[in-house]
Amino acid sequence: MMTSAVGVVFVGREEKKKKKTTSKMADAMGSKPAETHVGKEKRKSATKRYWQNTELNDPVKTEDRNHEKDSENHETSENKTERKKKRKHGPQGKKFISGKKDPFPGPAPVPEEKIRKFQRGQTSIVANDMFSDGSEILKSTLKDAEETSKLATEKAARFDLLLSEDAGFLEADEGEETCTIAQDDIADAVDITSGTKYFNLSLTQFGPYRLDYTRNGRHLLLGGRRGHVSCFDWHSKQLMCEINVMETVNDVKWLHSEAMFAVAQKKWLYIYDNTGIELHCIRRFNDVLRMQFLPYHFLLATASATGFLQYLDVSVGKQVAATCTKAGRLDVMAQNPYNAIIHLGHPTGVVTLWSPNQREPLVKMLCHRGGVRSIAVDKTGTYMVTSGLDRKLKVFDIRAFRPLQSYFLPAGASCLSLSQRGLLSACTGDIVQVYKDVWGTPVKKPYMAHRVRGAVWGAQFCPFEDVLGIGHGEGFTSMIVPGAGEPNFDGLDSNPYRSVKQRQEWEVKALLEKIQPELISLDPDQLCKVDRATWEQRHQERVKQLGYDPLAKEKFTPRHKGKGRSSSGNIEKRKRQVAHEDQRELIRQTVEEKLAKEKEIKEKEKKKAQQGQRSALDRFKK
Amino acid sequence: MKVKVLCRNPDDYVRETTRDIQRVPRNYDPTLHPFEVPREYTRAMNATKLERVFAKPFVAALDGHRDAVNCMAKHPTSLSTLLSGSCDGEVKVWNLPTKKCVRTLQAHEGFVRGMCARFCGTSFFTVGDDKTIKQWKMEAPGYGEEEEPLNMILGKTVYTGIDHHQKEGVFATCGQQVDIWDEQRSSPIRSFTWGVDSVSCVRFNPVETELLASCASDRSIILYDMREATPLQKVIMNMRSNTLCWNPMEAYIFTCANEDYHLYTYDMRQLSMPIVMHSDHVSAVLDVDYSPTGKEFVSASFDKTIRIFPEKKSHSRSVYHTKRMQHVICVKWSLDNKYIMTGSDEMNIRLWKANASEKLGLLTTREKQAQNYSQKLKQKFQHHPQIRRITRHRHLPREIYSQRKELHVMKEARRRKPEVQLMCSERSGTALSPSKKKLSNVPSLLVSFFLKCKVLLAHHRS
Repeated sequence: MMTSAVGVVFVGREEKKKKKTTSKMADAMGSKPAETHVGKEKRKSATKRYWQNTELNDPVKTEDRNHEKDSENHETSENKTERKKKRKHGPQGKKFISGKKDPFPGPAPVPEEKIRKFQRGQTSIVANDMFSDGSEILKSTLKDAEETSKLATEKAARFDLLLSEDAGFLEADEGEETCTIAQDDIADAVDITSGTKYFNLSLTQFGPYRLDYTRNGRHLLLGGRRGHVSCFDWHSKQLMCEINVMETVNDVKWLHSEAMFAVAQKKWLYIYDNTGIELHCIRRFNDVLRMQFLPYHFLLATASATGFLQYLDVSVGKQVAATCTKAGRLDVMAQNPYNAIIHLGHPTGVVTLWSPNQREPLVKMLCHRGGVRSIAVDKTGTYMVTSGLDRKLKVFDIRAFRPLQSYFLPAGASCLSLSQRGLLSACTGDIVQVYKDVWGTPVKKPYMAHRVRGAVWGAQFCPFEDVLGIGHGEGFTSMIVPGAGEPNFDGLDSNPYRSVKQRQEWEVKALLEKIQPELISLDPDQLCKVDRATWEQRHQERVKQLGYDPLAKEKFTPRHKGKGRSSSGNIEKRKRQVAHEDQRELIRQTVEEKLAKEKEIKEKEKKKAQQGQRSALDRFKK
Repeated sequence: MKVKVLCRNPDDYVRETTRDIQRVPRNYDPTLHPFEVPREYTRAMNATKLERVFAKPFVAALDGHRDAVNCMAKHPTSLSTLLSGSCDGEVKVWNLPTKKCVRTLQAHEGFVRGMCARFCGTSFFTVGDDKTIKQWKMEAPGYGEEEEPLNMILGKTVYTGIDHHQKEGVFATCGQQVDIWDEQRSSPIRSFTWGVDSVSCVRFNPVETELLASCASDRSIILYDMREATPLQKVIMNMRSNTLCWNPMEAYIFTCANEDYHLYTYDMRQLSMPIVMHSDHVSAVLDVDYSPTGKEFVSASFDKTIRIFPEKKSHSRSVYHTKRMQHVICVKWSLDNKYIMTGSDEMNIRLWKANASEKLGLLTTREKQAQNYSQKLKQKFQHHPQIRRITRHRHLPREIYSQRKELHVMKEARRRKPEVQLMCSERSGTALSPSKKKLSNVPSLLVSFFLKCKVLLAHHRS
């Protein structure tokens, strides 16, 4: 009984004191922050720091707290000495004298997934026995390079913390779907500047519109089927030019900056500047239906009605390559932003991949039963989304050429477009649907949907903005899609807020590092990989020339030993030992191979056995 | 409904006033920077091309000698001073920044054969064809004073070279023998001979300061220790070496310039084989000098060019020549590692940049950063065929170009000979064994003698 009573009393006292400290803290924080900073105020307990909750287990800390509690009645000798020390060292020495440890020693850890984001390629492990032939320099160079890249990766990952903007999002209330939320509601809910990003341009005269945003997402180019071409800064809605080319317009495309754009007209390809003055009429490029601009190569790739895929180098004005695809009218085209490969869709349901260096397609993929209607490739070059006349929407892993997902859309889809953060827009008639994460778990419902006034003719996500631009029969609609755009742009690469001087500077730099069209290949990192094939070829030639293999293992000749240890029997024995070692190695390898083969065969048999159990009725299952 | 839409405040991205610098927000996400490797490759290619565009190594010609420049000496403490001696016995002191001769003195009758500055930089020594060693003050005589040597020693034979000790008042001359002199005394404190009629060059080791090396006319290189009575080691080569130079950083390594168009780098501890044979010249190599970093050296040749070799590479990284430069007799690498001085037959001293495309003068931080970046890129892609071709390309005068081709043909023929012989012989089926091949790679020019086997390092420790 007694003990419990004491206990109760004690608890009560403690509570009181807690209150006291908190009130003091509030004073210090709220009314007179300067006082605490100077530290003149006579305090019995230290103000509570933000890390104190995390440090409950620290023995030093808890001890300290006990001291604080007891300090009202009597100060321990320890505390006294501490105070003396404090006086000696002044306010700077506080940290150590209080006995507190740094709660977060060393640099803050960087999360693994962030580091993974910045990793390039695989880390090469330099084993100790790798360069046994004495190339220590190479070994240390490799080690150094590995260390440096590790450091760079970590620094970049750490720097990620400083990015200022966060991506947008849209979350529905309970019992509501995000796809039912109307654009007007979103525009009302967000701030005024963002609200203005939802707008309609009613352009009924010159009929369905194609569109293109510049790489930094600042300028918009509209091309009406019946000849109306206009470009404007869509943030400020400032018109740069508006012309009617008095001809059918098939496609429009910005070139490397907002100073020039290309228009594929009825017969030829034209290039205009941003005031609408015709700069070039390129007669080598006729009947162009679709265009793609490869910004790092300064190449304009065009697909024509005659089945030609042509590349125009816009920096020097020369045709780089012209390939007859022998596949008829080419009106489905996309580029892979990761490796600058052009994807063409054909009425046979085949998607072909092209580079300017090869007259044949790099890859032919049969994707649909009917014709291909639209293709989109994501910016990491991993996924390709296609839609076809068979009313299917399919997702492929374009690195392994493997189908990932297949969706059935009752009305089919056209005008696919992928945003920077992986949202997919698919248009059916006059309805635009936006899907989220189509390559992950199978998607049931669209993320957003919107009905425009006419049939959709072109759709593109605006880079670095949560906006989807839709060109349709009745004009143009800019639709807000929260979470579509990359929030943090890189100022040296594509800066929406760049000044004229900055643009000029960028243009010079970009032209200087223009990638030659010969470097376009399926793997853009091929240049920094070891060219084993050439080496092997050269080695073979060398062997042929020399008459022996200079890298072959030397035949073992036993060293001569004195004192009768080099008797012929002994020499033979040593020779055999070495030979035996080599043989063992060989045997080990062959056994391993054998085992692997056996395992494979077993697995195959297992699969076969599983299939064998199927009944005859299984064929009617889907 | 909860919604957030990207909305940037332009104030965060645009500079406040026009006097401000532009704001450049960065995002290092690799997916925002595609084609990293091809772009870096292009940058490396551009940097390589620009390096060749800006490769203008010639800085100045110092003109004033009335005969061929025979020897030069660096001032040990002043970068701007250069001493040169010519074939008419005249010695000139040059001020390099102003490109002017500040002092002329008639030191000898006949050639000035060799010269060296004292380690403190207060005086210098010259030897000439008139069998004298003279010590001169570095400062010019005052008004009304006559130009007179501080000290003069009259020897019995012609001296062909001189070098000064790094720390003490001791110097060495060579001629018919190698003499070690105390500055205070008029007779040598030690003389070394090893069955040789004449020694053309003697050099003190910059680190193991008591050690000397010399090139003799019996095609040998001889090592001496100043503290001992007899020479240490000797290696005899196929042809005569003209000069040698110690590596100032790894002072157990030295390079000698040979008459057989090559330079040989030796490790003092193992003279049986040179470490590297440097070959690119098409005529006798007359002089060699190391850079103060010890990473590279420059060689002057009778073929009217100078070449810069990396220490461990068998081929030169650069070659300098002009239309008017004749046989280059002497060459020096300046102590700030930036310039090369050459003295040639047509009486001129030329000043070259050691790094042909280097920008002279102060660099801003951004310039430096850009340079470092492009340097790293060049290094990264150095083995790509296109880039390697551009970095290696040098324009050569026609004679030298054709002579090089000719030499190459000869070398190839020599290389092929055993193979062809083997093919034509009866044993045509058997292949050459690799071990045999390896032996044939050894330069057959060299026969080494170790008359005195001594562990050098034991001495040096003491």
